[in-house]
Amino acid sequence: MTRVALRGLLGRKLRAALTAFAIVLGVAMVSGTFVLTDTIKSAFTTVFTQAYKNADAVITGKSAIGNGNNGNGSNAPTLPASLLTRVQGLPQVGLASGGIQDQAQLVGRDGKVISSGGGGGLAFSHTSQGQHFNPLSLTSGNWPAGPDEVDIDAATASKHSYRVGDEIGIVARGPVQRFRVVGTVKFAGVSSLGGATMAIFTLPEAQQLFHKQNAYDQINIAAKSGTSPAQLVAAIKPLLGPSAQVRTGQAQAAQATKDTSGFLNIFQDFLLAFGGIALFVGSFVIANTLSITIAQRTRELATLRTLGASRRQVLRSVLVEAFVIGTTASIIGLFLGLLLAKGLNSLLVSLGIDLPQASTVFKTRTIIVALLVGIIITMIAAVRPALRATRVPPIAAAREGALLPPSRWAKYGSQAAYGTVVIAVALMLVGLIVSSLSTGLRLLAVGVGAVALFIGVSMVAPKLVPPLVRVLGWPASRIGGSAGKLAQGNSSRNPARTASTASALMIGLALVTLVGVLAAGLRTGFKTNVNKAFVANYAVTASNNFSPIGLASEQAARQVAGVTAVVGVRGGDGRAFGSNITVTGVPPNVSQAIKIDWTHGSQQIPAQLGANGAFVGKDYAKAQHLQVGSPLLMETPKGQFLLLTVIGITNPPQGASPYGDISISQARFDSAYQNPQNLFTFVNIQGGVSAANTRTLNAALAGFPDAKLQTKSQFIDNQLQGLTLLLNLLYVLLSLSIVVSLFGIVNTLVLTVFERTRELGMLRAVGMSRRQVRRMIRHESVITALLGAAFGIPLGILLAVMIGATINFGTFTIPVPTLIVFVIAAVIAGLIAAIWPARRAGRLNVLEALSYE
Amino acid sequence: MHALRGVSLDVARGNLVAVMGPSGSGKSTLMHTLAGLDKPTSGTVTIAGTEITQLDDADMTRLRRDHIGFVFQFFNLLPMLTAEENVLLPLSIAGERPDSDWLEELMAKTGLSDRRKHRPSELSGGQQQRVAIARALVTRPTILFADEPTGNLDSKTGGEILDLLRDSARDYQQTIVMVTHEARAASIADRIMFLADGLIVKELTDADQAQVLEVMSTLQS
Repeated sequence: MTRVALRGLLGRKLRAALTAFAIVLGVAMVSGTFVLTDTIKSAFTTVFTQAYKNADAVITGKSAIGNGNNGNGSNAPTLPASLLTRVQGLPQVGLASGGIQDQAQLVGRDGKVISSGGGGGLAFSHTSQGQHFNPLSLTSGNWPAGPDEVDIDAATASKHSYRVGDEIGIVARGPVQRFRVVGTVKFAGVSSLGGATMAIFTLPEAQQLFHKQNAYDQINIAAKSGTSPAQLVAAIKPLLGPSAQVRTGQAQAAQATKDTSGFLNIFQDFLLAFGGIALFVGSFVIANTLSITIAQRTRELATLRTLGASRRQVLRSVLVEAFVIGTTASIIGLFLGLLLAKGLNSLLVSLGIDLPQASTVFKTRTIIVALLVGIIITMIAAVRPALRATRVPPIAAAREGALLPPSRWAKYGSQAAYGTVVIAVALMLVGLIVSSLSTGLRLLAVGVGAVALFIGVSMVAPKLVPPLVRVLGWPASRIGGSAGKLAQGNSSRNPARTASTASALMIGLALVTLVGVLAAGLRTGFKTNVNKAFVANYAVTASNNFSPIGLASEQAARQVAGVTAVVGVRGGDGRAFGSNITVTGVPPNVSQAIKIDWTHGSQQIPAQLGANGAFVGKDYAKAQHLQVGSPLLMETPKGQFLLLTVIGITNPPQGASPYGDISISQARFDSAYQNPQNLFTFVNIQGGVSAANTRTLNAALAGFPDAKLQTKSQFIDNQLQGLTLLLNLLYVLLSLSIVVSLFGIVNTLVLTVFERTRELGMLRAVGMSRRQVRRMIRHESVITALLGAAFGIPLGILLAVMIGATINFGTFTIPVPTLIVFVIAAVIAGLIAAIWPARRAGRLNVLEALSYE
Repeated sequence: MHALRGVSLDVARGNLVAVMGPSGSGKSTLMHTLAGLDKPTSGTVTIAGTEITQLDDADMTRLRRDHIGFVFQFFNLLPMLTAEENVLLPLSIAGERPDSDWLEELMAKTGLSDRRKHRPSELSGGQQQRVAIARALVTRPTILFADEPTGNLDSKTGGEILDLLRDSARDYQQTIVMVTHEARAASIADRIMFLADGLIVKELTDADQAQVLEVMSTLQS
């Protein structure tokens, strides 16, 4: 019996291949995600292992905020130079060397900072005594030896055509400075550092550039022979104050790896979710395809029953078939994932997310998970069709066009369908509303609810198909002539099949709509709020729109004639009530630039902050039970405690607050933070926004390529760039599941054409042309796609309403043009899916079609 | 091996010709070739003055629309269309307007006047075949091909279908070529061609059932 199933599968290679495709893409996404994130992790691990490979111990500044190693050292306290001398004096120490690690941006030949996609501009110091610890190697030229000399990384050098001897602009703390490139370097062991650029200075130059005279960010130590790293660390520890820490080289590398892997794990889960969605859609396609093939094999199965096959054997034969399809598809998907990983990386790079790369990592875990997931999903999808197959009665062998008897449970079908929808919505509401549950449980409820909702709607869908087809098929019957009318009729001939095919597309379209509607809401809300709050003439931000920038550009703006106010809003991290928070420092005149509502206090509060005043947002106040007059103890990254008093509470616009959790006076911020930086700088100038003023201000800021002057509307657009980026990424990733559902449409059409062979022959015999046959199939496909849109788009809006109401994102907006684009895209998708089935149908030989049975 | 060898056949307007023969005699191949569904390796087929063996698919489709009607053994109706829609299907495909007098005439003739809005699944086998015949007649084709039209019907219903074909030939001067292996079906024809091993071996005119059976028994022995 199993052999019969396998023989049958071989005999229907095309159908088997079509079925398999539905699962291939999902598995490829899972395997591709693992390969990509494993490769990035391995690159990071290599970077950190290399960075500390010769260091037995590493001393770094200990930031009071976060995990104590924020990677760039610019926020952690520095180490005094005297510490190095004392460390060198220890008997266990063989070699110790201090260095600077900070951030500096390279300026390209076009005068703009070389945009660093997430990696940032890394800056290091180089000394000959530290060479023992140096993970970098020269690819050309020499190490920097003088104050105006710099080495840059070879990748940036070749990409922006800088050679040894060229001049390059670099932005550190102040305005852009010119350096001569004297060498290019590369990091051992990785093929790409992602978007990161590197600048290597002499130690004195680095200390001066970053205002770290007589200080280091890091001290690397090699032990004398006979001393273990642990003994070395133990010997150093007593020398350190509270703002410094020592680890063995290995521990330091492990810690740094751990810091990045947290982010990478989130990133991995994020991508895996899309693999999961594609697999979910694939399971719909598989279930539908198997149902159709089993309906078409009714007579074959019945014949097997008359020959003595038991129901169990029939069940097993279908499951074996699914197993073979699932396994084959998973193996193909697994290897396709290797290609997809490269594609995903290029996608991310094109969206400005450039992460380090090393040689491809293909772990056993990837193989096992991808295969298991693919096979299990296929098997689950096959259960229902397999059970249907067991209900084929032997008598069907002797009948023309015998139909499967309905299941025992069929009469409860509609109750089950509506029940599923109700339970699904209830589950989602529980997840969205019941805040007493843990976040994990709430997410689980929302996720399971959403899955159940899709299944429930697909169960209700067959009832909706005939009335919807009458509406959605109207254009087809108008423009397609008799072929269109026949297509309309064909679409509602087997409502369950059409509904199931459309449901697969529904899932992708619902999720795309959800994302689109939420994004539109965020966008409109943000625009409205910023339009209200932004009362300055100009804003200056980092060229990447979000990084804090040095204060020099603010000072430069102040010098411009006609400028009436310059408002620098400082930004940094802090810690209060046991958790990390964002802190802003505002000048007394901030209300000239930013106008927001206050629940307690008024626009005058910023001017009254003094040394110990603070204002907080309404939500933060509520969460921490703060009122006007409440004391507030905040710790800075340096480890300094500020005792503050709340003197005002703002009512900031949702999602567009210009302030952090806690705001203090700019003066207090500047004294408490080691390297104060501006999040935004606002400028008011006589005459307001004008072409002449824009020119004047841009000229004044010419020396600061990392600063960008913007008007209000430019500021809004720039701030929304991140959202647009995320939106595009989500669209691309969700399109994968839409492609899977297209395979579902192709499958159904091909199988339907096959099933209607004789009918197509008759149509041709009574005068239907090939073009008309193709047109008929195309219209049928478009109607199915429109059904997918008719189910998916309202469902997506419903999901957006539910989720939007919960996360309270302000303005609910239905982006009508976007939704129209989705409908058009669905129609185009339908046309694409029909190409091949229509050609097959058109090519049918009339005579063969008529004698076909 | 050739399915047909040196077959020559003229069908006059208004004639009902039956093609008979044992399985494998080539009778289906003959009909498929005459209807342009199959191409002969040599020889010609002319319908309404057009030589059809060299036509491409588009021209052949047009010729089928204008000049050929088909009646099949398994009716081949579209399940989602009503009886009347099935009848009008060839006109709808060709984009032509139905002649309502002719439609009324056909519906009355085939006894379907009160069955217009029924779907095939709501009709008996005989009624379905009558829809198929009306569908074949609706375009007033030059020639109507019937492939075992009673093969899937009981003998009483089959008789009614044969009467309908006979009447159509007589009343509308409809040229009909019918392939059958039933003597009773053949006996309604004006001419009966007997095929064996791809050759026309015998021709009868206005023969009754007994004569047909006699010829058949000599062919099968």
